[in-house]
Amino acid sequence: MLKIKDLKVEIDGKQITNGLSLDVPAGEVHAIMGPNGAGKSTLSNALTGHPSYHVTGGTAELNGKNLLALEPEERAGEGLFLSFQYPLEIPGVPTLTFLRTALNEQRKYRGEAELSVPQFMKAAKEAAKRLKIEDEMLKRPLNVGFSGGEKKRMEIFQMAMLEPKFMILDETDSGLDIDALRIVSDGVNYMRAPNRGMLVITHYQRLLDYIKPDKVHVLVDGKIVDTGGPELALELEKNGYDKYEALVS
Amino acid sequence: MTDIKIKDNIDKDTVQAVKELEGDKYKYGFVTDIESETAPIGLSEEVIKFISAKKNEPEWMLEWRLQAYKRWLTMDEPEWAMVSYPKPKFQELYYYSAPKARPEIDSLDEVDPKLLETYKKLGIPIREQEVLAGVKGAAKVAVDAVFDSVSVATTFRKELSQAGVIFCSISEAVQEYPELVKQYLGSVVPQSDNFYATLNSAVFSDGTFVYIPKGVRCPMELSTYFRINAANTGQFERTLIIADADAYVSYLEGCTAPQRDENQLHAAVVELVALDGAEIRYSTVQNWYPGDENGNGGIYNFVTKRADCRGKKSKVSWTQVETGSAVTWKYPSCILRGDESVGEFYSIAVTNGHQQADTGTKMIHLGKNTSSRIISKGIAAGVSNQTYRGLVSAHAKALNARNFTQCDSLLIGDKCGAHTFPYIEAANTSARFEHEATTTKLGEDQLFYCRQRGLSAESATALLVNGFVREVMQKLPMEFAVEAQKLVAISLEGSVG
Repeated sequence: MLKIKDLKVEIDGKQITNGLSLDVPAGEVHAIMGPNGAGKSTLSNALTGHPSYHVTGGTAELNGKNLLALEPEERAGEGLFLSFQYPLEIPGVPTLTFLRTALNEQRKYRGEAELSVPQFMKAAKEAAKRLKIEDEMLKRPLNVGFSGGEKKRMEIFQMAMLEPKFMILDETDSGLDIDALRIVSDGVNYMRAPNRGMLVITHYQRLLDYIKPDKVHVLVDGKIVDTGGPELALELEKNGYDKYEALVS
Repeated sequence: MTDIKIKDNIDKDTVQAVKELEGDKYKYGFVTDIESETAPIGLSEEVIKFISAKKNEPEWMLEWRLQAYKRWLTMDEPEWAMVSYPKPKFQELYYYSAPKARPEIDSLDEVDPKLLETYKKLGIPIREQEVLAGVKGAAKVAVDAVFDSVSVATTFRKELSQAGVIFCSISEAVQEYPELVKQYLGSVVPQSDNFYATLNSAVFSDGTFVYIPKGVRCPMELSTYFRINAANTGQFERTLIIADADAYVSYLEGCTAPQRDENQLHAAVVELVALDGAEIRYSTVQNWYPGDENGNGGIYNFVTKRADCRGKKSKVSWTQVETGSAVTWKYPSCILRGDESVGEFYSIAVTNGHQQADTGTKMIHLGKNTSSRIISKGIAAGVSNQTYRGLVSAHAKALNARNFTQCDSLLIGDKCGAHTFPYIEAANTSARFEHEATTTKLGEDQLFYCRQRGLSAESATALLVNGFVREVMQKLPMEFAVEAQKLVAISLEGSVG
């Protein structure tokens, strides 16, 4: 599914990712944990093609497709989805309009027929119900005036509607209270499927109580320095990253 | 991209025609070969007499023109706007060019097929083409087509006249309704108002005249398609709309122009008069040729538009979508003379490439309890420059005058500019004026967010821009809103990448 090999990424001329390799097979959920500044968000931005992040080496493939050669929207069309750490506001554009336009452009990219309005609305209603999103909120401009928690829920709502093949959750738990965390996690778990992969980037072990990872990777100084099962997250929660940081510095 | 719910009764052809407008290049760069009867080059008393004679005008009209001309000779071209352009050489322009006159057009079948072809290329909805071709039972949008300065087709005259509405070319009004013309022409924009208005007063070739009698609600939207066609022809339309007491009218003005090498001057004058309790809505979509990618050619659009809310509780609403022209210089304004009168100005101005626009409005509060509202949305891309310039003033007797102004600018790229000059004057202490302004840059992060969801850079831009202008789009009549939304997207094509 997602294969990253020796990835090197720069931003503003500064190298952040230093030869990162990672393999997430279909059906698995992998967590990436690491201290501030380890390059967690750089990884998600580089994979999805943010223009400020420059890949200077290595490869990244999704189902055998070279992601790095594609435009951001083409990567989305290939089924790559990023739940943003800080979702942006889109003034004047109702949420459902935005989403329907995006979905239909993706479908066009894949050579699929556009979804009719009734089909789309039906799917939207179901997903909104699952994520406890009020109808009224879907009519409002996307993310404008939403609370931090509402924005995160809206990211998961978009994810549900776009039905991606591979999902990256970038600190989705930040800014969520315990109820919102449960709703969001349920929404994410609902998406787990044998043909889907997921990368969960987080600071805290807490999220992983709800979204059980198959593997946990430790990212320090732009590299994966350790990999283990869910128990590794618990250990990190207890002992911190000190031992890894001592290793790399 | 569009989420506009098309009302059932809205012409599907309109939507279809607008879709067909989509394209990479300015599609209206073509010239229809219709034989013109053209005045001699340059401007002189003789040329004005030629124009007046061509139109069989009465003596008083010629006198009025000559008076304006003499005045114009003493005036200098103003230079205060934030635009720069080579000054037009007034003696090298043609001031009159008419499609070869036909004695009388009872049936529209007689219209030159090439003219109809032109409308087709312009994407004028089939229904309206049918209207132009005289097909019975076509949509109820009355079209007074101003083609190369002279009205060649006026439709729905009958239905309108049953309601007592007069909708005709201004030349015709001069012949048929001289008293109304004499009473109101120049009463809002005086002959000597400004350089270009004075020029227009001397040489106006044609335009539209509308009179809505007392208590009448005009039974349809009135619509005029302006189009500049003959090479090197200055276009000087004159529009006069009068809504008598408690009357209502909505007027749509839409423009496109063919591609040219020479700069073309367009200096129209629009006068609106609203009497007691009357309401006029005036909507414009302006899409004249903006010049090529190097900034050559393109229309100079120097227009004087003004409304006089003369009566108590009268209301005038200007809505404009300005996407075209090389240089735009216009301030649709309201003089709020009547007590409790209301003036509104909703504007979207888009500049791309080398376009320049200095536009805005004036709300002059003279009467008591008058109120006005200004929403201006400017979008600048490429190396274009645009300025919002507005005046809100309350005179000593304008007790409790109210104004709300909101000016938002959106910049795309880092080579364009947006400027805001709001002038506010209050001569009494009871006036309450509010002004809000924002300037935002269409951000890389916002675009990236959209692209991550699968939107191309172009459609993401279109979506973000349409979101930005939504508030004003909603003020347009539905047919226009669909067209305008497309135009905004087309005008910004290639501005991101």
